[in-house]
Amino acid sequence: MEILEEKKNKNIGYKPILEGIPEWPVYQLSKNRKEFLEEVTQKTIEQIRILRPSRKQLLEELETTVFREQNRIKRNRWRVDPKDDAKFWMRVKNDLIELANKPAEEASKKEDELLYEIVHRYAKEISGTFKPRSYKFAREVIKFWFRRLLNGARVKKFGAIFRSQYTLQDKIHIVGKVKMLRRLAKKGTVVMVPTHFSNLDSILIGWVIHSLGLPAFIYGAGLNLFNISIFAYFMNSLGAYKVDRRKKNLPYLETLKMYSNLAIQKGAHSLFFPGGTRSRSGQLEKQLKLGLLSTAIEAQRNLYLESDAPDTRKIFVVPVTLNYHFVLEAPDLIEDYLQVKGQDRYFAEEDNYGSFQLIKFMFKFFTKGSNISVSIGPGLDVMGNFVDDEGNSLDSSGRVINTREYFMTNGVVTVDKQRENEYTRMLSSRIVSEYHRINRVFASHLVAFIAFEMWLRRYPRLDLFGFLRLPEEELEIPYDEFREVFKKVRKEIYRLEENGRVHYASHLKGDADLVIRRGLENVGIFHLKRPLLRNRQGNIITQDLNVLYYYHNRLLGYDLEKCIG
Amino acid sequence: MTSKSASDKPVGVVGAGHFGTVIANILAKHRDVLLYARDEKSVEKMLETRENKGHKLSRSIQPTSDLAGLAAQCDVIFPIVPSAHFREMMKKLAPHLHPYHILIHGTKGFDLKLPKGQTIETVETLNRKEVLTMSEVIREESVVVRVGCLAGPNLSAELSQRQPSATVVASPFQEVIQTGKRLLRNNRFQVYENTDLVGVEMAGVLKNIIAIASGCLSGLGYGENAKGLLISRGAVEMVYLGRILGGNTKAFLGVAGIGDLVATCNSPNSRNFTVGYRLAKGESLAAILDDMQEVAEGVNTVRIVKKCADYYKARPLITDTLYKVLFEGMAVQDALDYLMRYPLNVEIDFV
Repeated sequence: MEILEEKKNKNIGYKPILEGIPEWPVYQLSKNRKEFLEEVTQKTIEQIRILRPSRKQLLEELETTVFREQNRIKRNRWRVDPKDDAKFWMRVKNDLIELANKPAEEASKKEDELLYEIVHRYAKEISGTFKPRSYKFAREVIKFWFRRLLNGARVKKFGAIFRSQYTLQDKIHIVGKVKMLRRLAKKGTVVMVPTHFSNLDSILIGWVIHSLGLPAFIYGAGLNLFNISIFAYFMNSLGAYKVDRRKKNLPYLETLKMYSNLAIQKGAHSLFFPGGTRSRSGQLEKQLKLGLLSTAIEAQRNLYLESDAPDTRKIFVVPVTLNYHFVLEAPDLIEDYLQVKGQDRYFAEEDNYGSFQLIKFMFKFFTKGSNISVSIGPGLDVMGNFVDDEGNSLDSSGRVINTREYFMTNGVVTVDKQRENEYTRMLSSRIVSEYHRINRVFASHLVAFIAFEMWLRRYPRLDLFGFLRLPEEELEIPYDEFREVFKKVRKEIYRLEENGRVHYASHLKGDADLVIRRGLENVGIFHLKRPLLRNRQGNIITQDLNVLYYYHNRLLGYDLEKCIG
Repeated sequence: MTSKSASDKPVGVVGAGHFGTVIANILAKHRDVLLYARDEKSVEKMLETRENKGHKLSRSIQPTSDLAGLAAQCDVIFPIVPSAHFREMMKKLAPHLHPYHILIHGTKGFDLKLPKGQTIETVETLNRKEVLTMSEVIREESVVVRVGCLAGPNLSAELSQRQPSATVVASPFQEVIQTGKRLLRNNRFQVYENTDLVGVEMAGVLKNIIAIASGCLSGLGYGENAKGLLISRGAVEMVYLGRILGGNTKAFLGVAGIGDLVATCNSPNSRNFTVGYRLAKGESLAAILDDMQEVAEGVNTVRIVKKCADYYKARPLITDTLYKVLFEGMAVQDALDYLMRYPLNVEIDFV
């Protein structure tokens, strides 16, 4: 089996932009952790009071929170949850009940105390603890083991595992606006927003940040990842803060947003997956979660509010896409997706992996695994305008514009939540369209897309679910026919690239037969059932239509369908 | 009525046609107004006579041909120029605009973004990406994001006589809506709010189609029954088209939809109505357009919407038939007969 080679990577290594760890904003943040948490708590409480101005509303909110938390504890407990969770919420509940019998003044004092306790508890739970020593340690461990694994697998001699011939840089290609990102990280505060396809993204992106010589970012990682102790160890030491998607109550969400908001304001480079969760369908994120995104806008507005200086620190949003030939969790993700989308029309077949298989997959993924590419997008200001290397925002004709003016009414910076909600929506759709632009088309994506669409067209009467239930044996495309369509669609990709609407990996060019072969060999390379392969007659067949659908989805949104007969 | 405060910045109006001038007069009750006209001569004439197109100019209006100066002095600007010149105007205005500007336009037409070398006559189909509303043009051409529009039963002649009327200010931004409201509202002019900007724009544009059809009916000498039929079916068609083009139903039921539709369909003052009327009297389209002073947006709208509907495989009956009348030489009477014979049964299928 041939492993795809990209052009030799130019990114040989970058010097750190800040020399010592003590200068990193994230370190400053964790050094003053106690004060920072206190500030988050106070400001969150202020915010909650604005949203729930009356005593009665606040009380109701607290009651709802307790109710939901107790429900969560009953239904959905995780290993990472604090030991005293049940006890704490039981006590809060009792305190709330007692409030009813107390005189108004005493009750309102107690209410304040409870609110403080809850918010502070959340703030502590969310916050990461960045420790320079364990950061360095984790970084070295990751680097060391990746290198060993890579060498062990590439060079097929046992001794190779002790050599350091190959490094991660051969494996992971970082392309795009790397220099700009490094400059912007010096000029202002970077908020990196990558696409999210796999749980490995969190680790991968941590490595990318380090290898670009950037100081550690704080980053929002799903609390579920912290259930796995080895992940938890690394993430904690890489500066991650925790996002618990089970908790949808107002005090929690406000605390989370305030945490991100203040950290960004204090200049900590920050990273979160704006899609909120891994893409279930395999499609590039179409809709983003607006909550955390809005904190970038709020932070910028606050910075402008606090200072009139023309060089007020700017926040730069940097979209990033992660491109894989193979997503470990693809079969499960697409299953999830189809179940939610199809509800009763779709019957999931049981298909579980043993943990041995999982480990085997992991091993393969890191060793033989086909290349991964990470595309760094251009820097945007919080309104989604492109910025130049100096961090100036530009309009479409290249004129420098002042981002502050977006927040001004009658000549002064004003706070207008409704306006900022709208701005968040605009920023979100800008990020989505940047994702599509910087996305790198791999041969494997393209063959998956084409095969699926060709088959789909043969059954115009079936809806998606009917189609997916077809027996795989029925599906076969004569190679020559496939090849013709492939060339047509590839041409369209070239055209899109010329118009700046997408990128493609260098391996996509060249002899069509070769590129198709590479695509087929790499698409979902390590799944038990291959989404695409050739049979003895050389025709295209599939072993798993659902997984093929997953990889196909990556190229939705480019109107490529119209090129297929 | 609120009184003017001297410290407030003036408001800009770009485009000194009938509607632009009338809106400038309404704004002038609250604020100083800069009224921009492209043509220096007409600015001079306005300065001299204090009149424009038969409308007296309020004392608070200052005519100008200096676009840069207008943008520098005004935070709030109302662009009111025909859709055919809108993009061109925005290209000139854009270099002077800043992100703090608020733009509320009053133009009811579409802009086309066609592949090079194509025109509306040659292009076969259009999709929504090639058909832009004016707010989308503003967003595309400038850094301004706080954009809104106004639409409603606003016949210039009646507004000018201070007859009661209303308008909708639509924008996703409350700030824009409230600004528009503060600046426009008076005891003869009610202002409603809507957050569905594109929906309201669509309603304003699509009603022009029905207005032409209404003119045709009058030209053939038919009375109120026929008009009632047309207006109600026309409203249904507008909703149908609006949904394809991305507005929601609600906007079409308000003053910008039904309100404007009824006003335009009954008014010989309306340019679109006049086109239909004269067509029915047997004149050719070319001849009619030749001696009209201001643009009848509806003619172009029919052509755009027809081609757009083709792309989305939709069948808007009135628009399609009107297209045949305007561009394929079908006689108005034949068109009407065709419509009357058409088998339709479900009356309302969108509520």
